[in-house]
Amino acid sequence: MSRLPKQAGERIDRGKQITFTFDGKKVKAFEGDTIGSALYAAGRRTFSRSFKYHRRRGLMCVAGQCPNCICAFDGAPGARACTEPAREGITVTHVNASPSLEFDVMRATDILGGPFTPPGFYYKTFIRPRKLWPLYEKLLRHAAGLGVLRKEQPEREWRTEYRRRHADVLVTGGGLAGLHAAIASASLGADTVLVDEGPAPGGQQLAAGAPERIEALVQRAREAGVELIAGGSALGYFDGLVAVWQGDTLHQIRAAQHVFATGAIEQPLVFAGNDLPGVMLSGGARRLASMYAVSPGKRAVVATTSDRGLDAALALRAVGVQVVAVADLRPDGGAASAELRSAGVPVFNGHTLVEARGRKAVEEAVIAPVAGGDEHPFECDLVIVSGGTIPATSLLLQAGALSRYDEHRGHFALTELPAGLHAAGEVAGDDSDAAAAASGEAAGIAAAHALGRQTADSQARAVELASRLGELRSPAPSVAVPPPVSGDGRGKCFACLCEDVTSKDVKLAIDEGYDSIELSKRYTTVTMGPCQGRMCQLPAVRLMAHNTGTSLGDVGVTTARPPWVSVPMGILGGRPVEPAKRSSIHSRHRALNATVKWAGDWRRAYDYGDPEGEALAVNTAAGIIDVSTLGKLIVRGGDAGEFLDRLYPNRLSNLAPGRIRYGVISSDAGRIVDDGTICRIDEETFYVTTTSSGAGAVEEWFSWWLATWGGELTLTDVTQGLGAVNLAGPKAREILSAVTDLDCSADAFTYLDAKQARVAGVQCLIMRIGFVGEVGYEIHFPAAQGEHVWDALIAAGTPHGLRPFGLEPQRILRLQKLHIIVGQDTDSESTPYGAAMSWIVKLDKQQDFIGKWALQHYADQTPATALVGFSLHNGRVPTEGAVVLDERGSPAGQVTSARRSPVLGKTIGMAWVPAALAHDGARITISDEGAQLDAEIQTAPFYDPDGKVLRG
Amino acid sequence: MSFVLTCPNCGSREVTDFGFGGEVSVRPKSEPSFRELNTYNYFRTNVAGVQREWWFHRSGCRAWFIAERDTRTNEVLSVSLPT
Repeated sequence: MSRLPKQAGERIDRGKQITFTFDGKKVKAFEGDTIGSALYAAGRRTFSRSFKYHRRRGLMCVAGQCPNCICAFDGAPGARACTEPAREGITVTHVNASPSLEFDVMRATDILGGPFTPPGFYYKTFIRPRKLWPLYEKLLRHAAGLGVLRKEQPEREWRTEYRRRHADVLVTGGGLAGLHAAIASASLGADTVLVDEGPAPGGQQLAAGAPERIEALVQRAREAGVELIAGGSALGYFDGLVAVWQGDTLHQIRAAQHVFATGAIEQPLVFAGNDLPGVMLSGGARRLASMYAVSPGKRAVVATTSDRGLDAALALRAVGVQVVAVADLRPDGGAASAELRSAGVPVFNGHTLVEARGRKAVEEAVIAPVAGGDEHPFECDLVIVSGGTIPATSLLLQAGALSRYDEHRGHFALTELPAGLHAAGEVAGDDSDAAAAASGEAAGIAAAHALGRQTADSQARAVELASRLGELRSPAPSVAVPPPVSGDGRGKCFACLCEDVTSKDVKLAIDEGYDSIELSKRYTTVTMGPCQGRMCQLPAVRLMAHNTGTSLGDVGVTTARPPWVSVPMGILGGRPVEPAKRSSIHSRHRALNATVKWAGDWRRAYDYGDPEGEALAVNTAAGIIDVSTLGKLIVRGGDAGEFLDRLYPNRLSNLAPGRIRYGVISSDAGRIVDDGTICRIDEETFYVTTTSSGAGAVEEWFSWWLATWGGELTLTDVTQGLGAVNLAGPKAREILSAVTDLDCSADAFTYLDAKQARVAGVQCLIMRIGFVGEVGYEIHFPAAQGEHVWDALIAAGTPHGLRPFGLEPQRILRLQKLHIIVGQDTDSESTPYGAAMSWIVKLDKQQDFIGKWALQHYADQTPATALVGFSLHNGRVPTEGAVVLDERGSPAGQVTSARRSPVLGKTIGMAWVPAALAHDGARITISDEGAQLDAEIQTAPFYDPDGKVLRG
Repeated sequence: MSFVLTCPNCGSREVTDFGFGGEVSVRPKSEPSFRELNTYNYFRTNVAGVQREWWFHRSGCRAWFIAERDTRTNEVLSVSLPT
């Protein structure tokens, strides 16, 4: 164990031990550890194998930035050990190494394949022979990657949630600058949210081991009313909205003003072996020591381009790490170098690292003058690198900010911010603690001022801060810009750790013509890995500029796009927005052991275990089906009749009260949109039913035309308020008569009549219609009385052989009658003419109606295909979607529905066929999954073709 | 696409509360040619600029209204119920 004595800012609770497993072995941790810190404390140095070459990789950034510690947690790949909190019993496994992390056979790609696996290697090598590609792909997928998703996922016990939050000010980043910004804006009365991705706000202050200062600021922020979201990663900026992933929640935070205090990202250096375990960013080593009290190593060599590395050298010495040498790229200066020298640490100015050597981890580091010269090897187990920083501008750039290359600082810095955007702290170039605090407060005040929240004090304070910042910014920071590659080009120098892209690969890509940064990105995949450019963007730009002889400013950076942080798809998916709908009779279907399936948003009874038997019962005795899912609209008012005349191709204004008509809704292009029945209740009131799946769309369609045309009428959607059942069959009349006083005789209650009457004491609307082809009553009632009506009908009907039937038998029954289902038998191209419903289009109607002109056009044409019935006798039921072949064997149509009819004893179906074949007795061939089936066309209903049963 | 839209009945809501009804177009008055009809049915102006368009408050009051929106910036200049 390499735990240090108690550190001032440590986040671990030494009193609480946790045990988890890594590759099956038990690992001890403390509460507050991350998986990464606990593994490192236990002596682990290799955390993963690299993407392509399967090289050992170890902790580097300890901040969730680099790809080096990606593991699978309880089987879920893609998260990082250095930020994943240690939890009791969690199973951690390595990814991309086989058979084990310590012995990986694919390591051969590094030893043998280096020169043979340049960018584009897959495309160049595996192109021939073409038919072997499926095999190649399988091998390649196995050889490279970041883990494997399990094919079988356990049923999730948890749900992800969306949360919408509208705020005045959103501060992204909770370091010194962000906390000061949030306090300032909230103190001026702005509703402020602060998001921070760390385990707690504090940013770099956590690594610096200064917890008291941060705790005091967090306390002030809470008192000022700031909503703090800790452990939340900002994924992207979308037109004023920032998506923040926090645990199982995706916050969608919209703010009028945005302050980005996203800090800066420390950069690695590009030298031979710069990916060896033990090569660590200075911030990473400091975080290990100060937050988790883990000693990063025993003997360290430090290479830096600024004071950051020198500060780290001092901090590491303070926790007992022996610093054997420091290479400072700057020719002189460095505030801490005198202190280091006086402590006996050799500081080499103008030097940098040229190579790290070692078998499993760093054993030796070589430093040399940057211009070339004598090399100094040092034995060590830790190499600390600090190659400068880049401002974390991605979210700002997504929001429309601009950046430009800053020669002095050697990175791309912000130049312009759109209105409503503010940057503070390191991302804005205010690196020192004092500058970060001042720029944060200034940004918070500016955001509040932009919302009109200002006081005389705040205005004075803004002026004071501006002059203060001017002073704090005036001594330019002392940094040196590292060369694109250190040393003489020996070994593998990685520009991109995620995708194993070396400096030579970038050069080769340029030689092959990929000489812009966007092209090189796509060819080499540099910046496309899990780090999203955090570690590789600037090195790649430097290499590009160096190899093309252009300036870094001219090379530029690739477009910033979300997501800024890798995020599980399930988080983006969130919880389904539409809850499942169940009819008010659903419990009865459950009690009857119905097969319940999804039908659109609804949970519906597909059958009660015997679909053919249920269908037969309807044809021979009686059946009852829950049709509560039908869309139901009340159209009421003086203009209701005319309104419906304009929406349907047939006439409805002349419908008599108490009568019903079938209607098809068509679009202005003459295509079938939906169908249903229209019942006139009284002079001013129509009751319109729609298909179950079309209910919402039809309501929107009706209300849109009402909004467009106006008129004296109202629309009321009663789909949820009313339930309905269809009672049908030869015994339906007797059964209904037993529970109502209504005269149900054939003469008193004829086909397409609608009556209002009590059924089992409940006031109902009873419509005599016949989707299933028997004498049928569609009974509509208040949803709350659904179970009562259902129970009463079941009780009255059971002696007559009544059976409940589900959707599946209903489909058999309606197919016997060739009644279409919109969306099943029709598609978005179907017209009433093609669907053999020309009778429903009344072109002689006086009014204009939706679809009239298109239908006028189609009325003069013979449709190329027609919807017809077919039957076949060999017992097969063709798959819905099976192809109809013409006489030459070419595809000429398709089967839309097919079922075995128990009452007819044969297979029946509907299909679109060439118009020439759309006549009784024509033969078609159906090609179904390799089989050729002969079928006979029939245009009239199979069951009760003249409708005597239905109307009886 | 992500912006706030103000329903004339309900007030400001995320745009995901609403259904988009497309640009306001004029339905041909009578007896259009097949070409005019197809232009109406299938072609859109698709302006880069201020567009009058239909919106439906699907997760709210379920009213249709007309918004004037700059398609380049998603700035909503006005909303009104149809008269």
